[in-house]
Amino acid sequence: MGKTVIEKIIQGHTVEEVKPGKIVWMDLDIRSARDFGGPNVVKNYEREYGETPVADKKKTYFTFDLCVPPSSLKYADNQQICRKFARKQGIKVFDVDCGIGSHVLVEEGLAQAGTTVVGTDSHMNILGAVGCFGQGMGDVDIAFAFRSGKTWFEIPETVKVLLKGSFSSPATAKDLTLYILKKLGTKKAALKAVEFYGEAVKNLTLSGRITFCSMVTEMAGIIGFIPEFGDSLKSEIKDISGIKFSHHQAEKDSSYADEVEIDISGLVPQVAVPFSPDNVQDVSELKGVKIDTGFIGSCTNGRTEDLALAARILQGKKIKEGVTLKVVPATRRVYKEILEKGILEDLFRSGAVVSNPGCSGCAEGHMGLTGEGEVQISTGNRNFAGKQGKGKTYLASPVVVAASCLFGSISSQEDL
Amino acid sequence: MEESVLSGRIWVLLDRKERLIEDIDTDQIYHNAFLHITELSQMGQYALGNLEGWKDFPEKVHSGDILVAGRNFGAGSSRQQAVDCFTALNIGLILAPSFGAIYFRNAVNSGFPVLKCAALDELVAKKALETGDKIEVNFRSGEGWDISKDISFKVEPMSAVQYDILKAEGLFNYGKKLGHE
Ligand code: SF4
Repeated sequence: MGKTVIEKIIQGHTVEEVKPGKIVWMDLDIRSARDFGGPNVVKNYEREYGETPVADKKKTYFTFDLCVPPSSLKYADNQQICRKFARKQGIKVFDVDCGIGSHVLVEEGLAQAGTTVVGTDSHMNILGAVGCFGQGMGDVDIAFAFRSGKTWFEIPETVKVLLKGSFSSPATAKDLTLYILKKLGTKKAALKAVEFYGEAVKNLTLSGRITFCSMVTEMAGIIGFIPEFGDSLKSEIKDISGIKFSHHQAEKDSSYADEVEIDISGLVPQVAVPFSPDNVQDVSELKGVKIDTGFIGSCTNGRTEDLALAARILQGKKIKEGVTLKVVPATRRVYKEILEKGILEDLFRSGAVVSNPGCSGCAEGHMGLTGEGEVQISTGNRNFAGKQGKGKTYLASPVVVAASCLFGSISSQEDL
Repeated sequence: MEESVLSGRIWVLLDRKERLIEDIDTDQIYHNAFLHITELSQMGQYALGNLEGWKDFPEKVHSGDILVAGRNFGAGSSRQQAVDCFTALNIGLILAPSFGAIYFRNAVNSGFPVLKCAALDELVAKKALETGDKIEVNFRSGEGWDISKDISFKVEPMSAVQYDILKAEGLFNYGKKLGHE
């Protein structure tokens, strides 16, 4: 029987025969820890292995992204614990100036198609966007991976999702993502790998793929892949990371746990209503809902293309009096690009607060928590109660967030 | 008895309508109010402390007993205490049709036995497995036997990897056997 994409990638990293349901030992190309989880990785490591060197320091990294530079003593201490360990071990730290770890690993050419990457980040599976098997794990697993270069993994079954139809502006990759999340819910893909097919996903840019794959976590899936790709993706990836791109394809006779077809034609902008990312509605059903603040960024929508979409809406206009908009580029590279392309200026002039790169308002980061009763519209991936503070968070595309900040209520491009 | 065979008295986690409870999350297993506790011996008293109808579980259960639960046991957060509280009570095994992914990893890594049994819903529905029954399972062959009723059933055999980690009493110890000092 043929292999699905995930089975092929893992088969390339283990001597055991890979099949769904089986647990195998697999080699890890990159093992990483961030400022959340990282200190416990160090604690476990030092308790179990003392001063013994990690298996391969060239394959081991720290990526600080959650609270950068730290705004609490806890994070300052956490980062310092990791730095000290890294210095002793000779491990590279992508420090508080670099941005979101998973994105940095792509830009640095470390997370490549066909490779295996783990880290203490539940959205590490975002790396499916570039055909890489990424997986978030706990601090015991990562400490073990630092020392051994391996992990055990239970091969998941794969679900095949075929998207019928295509979409165009004003709908964006985020709207497609939210719509698919609405259709699949949190059960269909639970504990499974997903392969997405169809023109709509095949033609996504790198940034669109990242948006799309980032929310497989919210579908409760292990990882999502988009095996087919358009011509421009190769050069995009080459430009950004300097590496050649080629995605594993599923074998012809591979078997799937389930095959699902979703018709996306006529896709309109989507919004996820608090407090669940799959509680998704058409933007038109929510028009007029008052908002206090907006957030554009996160691993889901923090790339240059995302910020450019927002800047196009905001250009030459002012955010409504009494409303605030926080913008956080995903990485330092994105920051440089928005600076050079004039996007930063458009955002600034519209009244947005633009901070240094990182996760920021996505979790309990260093900027952008909401207070009791505050209503936020965000490009992030989660809107659970309490995740970004005491307020309520709606999830939407950079376009919808920007438009909503101009009007002070949930709006779309057509309202301009 | 063979190393891979384990037996014990079972507790079937049923709701008021006598159905196997599904989606028991880590907050129902071990409430976040007690996450500050780091002593293993202190954790047992809070096991299932937030699961409707089962709050007195730690008082009722005996060392070596087996827990039988519904689909997606241990969904939710990554807290290790949700596994450790059962270790503290010396629970022999948890049997469920499926487990939350992180819960499963945490259990395996700490050397706590968890086994999948696809037919569990059916077995429980036809009362082939009931609380108080003594059962025996073979981790490697996947043979299960309700000794009290003399009914045999199948569980998914433990993979070699999981079994090796279990025998070594945890991931770190297992690694040391492989030379990761
Ligand atoms: S942006 Fe949010 S979801 Fe993404 S890695 Fe950071 S904290 Fe996690």
